[in-house]
Amino acid sequence: MTAVAQRVPRTDRFGPRDLLAEAAAGIGARPGRLILTILGTVLGIASVVVTVGLAQTAAGQINKQFDAVAATQAVAKPATNRGFNGNERALAPLPWDAPDRAERLNGVDAAALVAEVDAGDREITAVPVHDPSAPRVTSPTLLATSAHALEALDGRVVQGRYFDEGHDTRGDRVVVLGVDAAQRLGVSRVDRQPSIFIGDRAYQVIGIVDGMVRRTDMRSAVVLPMGTARTDLGLASAQELHMHIAVAAGPVVASQLPTALNPNAPETVTVQAPASTSSVQQSVQADINTIFLALGAVALLIGGVGIANVTLLSVLERVGEIGLRRALGATRRQIAAQFMVESVVVGLLGGMVGAALGVAAVTIVSAVQSWTPILDLRMVGVAALAGGFIGLLAGLYPSLKAASIEPISALRGGV
Amino acid sequence: MTVLDLLGDAPTESPSEVPPVVELRGTARQFPGDPPVHALHPADLSVGAGEYLSVVGPSGSGKSTLLNLLGLLDRPSDGEYLLDGIPTAHASERERAALRAGHIGFVFQAFHLLPHRSVLENVLLATIYSGVPRAERRDRAVAALERVGLSHRLDFPPTVLSGGERQRTAVARAVVSQPRVLLADEPTGNLDSESSEAVLELFDELHAGGLTLLVITHEDDVSARAQRRVRIADGHLREIA
Repeated sequence: MTAVAQRVPRTDRFGPRDLLAEAAAGIGARPGRLILTILGTVLGIASVVVTVGLAQTAAGQINKQFDAVAATQAVAKPATNRGFNGNERALAPLPWDAPDRAERLNGVDAAALVAEVDAGDREITAVPVHDPSAPRVTSPTLLATSAHALEALDGRVVQGRYFDEGHDTRGDRVVVLGVDAAQRLGVSRVDRQPSIFIGDRAYQVIGIVDGMVRRTDMRSAVVLPMGTARTDLGLASAQELHMHIAVAAGPVVASQLPTALNPNAPETVTVQAPASTSSVQQSVQADINTIFLALGAVALLIGGVGIANVTLLSVLERVGEIGLRRALGATRRQIAAQFMVESVVVGLLGGMVGAALGVAAVTIVSAVQSWTPILDLRMVGVAALAGGFIGLLAGLYPSLKAASIEPISALRGGV
Repeated sequence: MTVLDLLGDAPTESPSEVPPVVELRGTARQFPGDPPVHALHPADLSVGAGEYLSVVGPSGSGKSTLLNLLGLLDRPSDGEYLLDGIPTAHASERERAALRAGHIGFVFQAFHLLPHRSVLENVLLATIYSGVPRAERRDRAVAALERVGLSHRLDFPPTVLSGGERQRTAVARAVVSQPRVLLADEPTGNLDSESSEAVLELFDELHAGGLTLLVITHEDDVSARAQRRVRIADGHLREIA
């Protein structure tokens, strides 16, 4: 065989470059069919990427929801229904001693009633000027709370102090200003004992407060003690009971609070308390994972079968070409390698397109939901490679089939 | 440098030292069955370098069997076949593939051109299996196409060519790897008389350039152009004087 060896140097006889070039030409010959072929893989890989991406994003979202503030805040409101005239009305008001009743419950650290007060025609000003020609300015909101509102709402005192139960019980004419309201009314210091006017009555400003993540409107509000609001402004009922609860006490508080507030009719109280972290997270993830992963697996299977089918079809179609290549000196192995590479490249293409689509879908869903998209980029790379692996598996049988074709019979068929 | 310059080397050597390009020694092929079919009875044939031989015979006479044996597409069930002095009957598939790539050029009745590739790419296909150095492939393919008069068709897909042009492309593909022997199976079977004449003239030129040609046909005027004529009938090979 020395003569052959001299005439046919191994290096230039169907090297890797030739293999890739021939495979690429084979794939590129029918672009329309290529798209159909990779469709299954694209869908499969995309759904897997979307599954994992959305699960990760949702996990991140849930963690965010269950951060320190959210996990320790609960709110009770009167239940409402619609009357015959279509107006929404509360079934029963919250009792005035609701904070005391709530604080007796295990897991409730602090509780406070919050009510919006209708100031009527009264203007809220720092200086009472009666100037009929001056344009009316919008007054800050008027809120009333019970004594422990700062603890219940995670607020903090910037200056001075918050009112206490004494102020509340006596109906003292004191107010606390949110930081924004204080700035608007021109009150910067409380040690000079400034006053503001609600209508004609003067109220002493005893403190300026900030924080209160669950009721940010308090920052731009004038806050009265609940008793003062009832006496001076005729407040009829409180709208919300805010509570600071121990972490993970949410389910217990939610079940016990209605009875504590209204033993005769617990159904008239609705409670919003954080559910236990793990159960929500698990249920969300479990839903997403099982459904989408099952879909992804099915799509991948279909994609693999699709590639196998089309590659096999292409082998049968190109019997003449295979025979010709064998006649031109291709070995069985070279023929098998060519179809194998074609199948792997098709799978890889599908994997890459699918991974890209999956990333796009996760991003779009996150954007629509205002979530932060979280996606492990290594996973995306692995998903793209998985497409190639599927191509490899799918190409196995067609390649062997191609290699087993006898050139004699193939060449009689024609190309 | 043209293909023919390269092909011209062989006949200049002394014939006594050079083995025949094609040598059949009692080669036979029978297909198993009940009774077995003797497609080719034991035959002896020797074709020297630079000879132009034609094999004529009616259809069903064993022409295709002979071609498949000569082209290393099939193994003889008996006897030995020496290609360029190399015994092939019991060679491995890999060796036979290498011999096909380096020693044999095929021209088929049905052309067998890849429809999605240009004329030039079709000719290049032969070079990737026969081990033509990468740097030379394109130049050689262009030279081969120039030789068959198709240099103006390099980038055309074969589907738009006439039958004669397709067959000339196939001839270019067959000679681009500088084979020792050109095997043509009914090369004019799908062509009109004018195109046939052009292809046969091309064969004459290749023969004049020193290429060994073996043409299998059932047409007498095709076989008449060869130096030597062999008739095959019912599997028996017989030299015509």
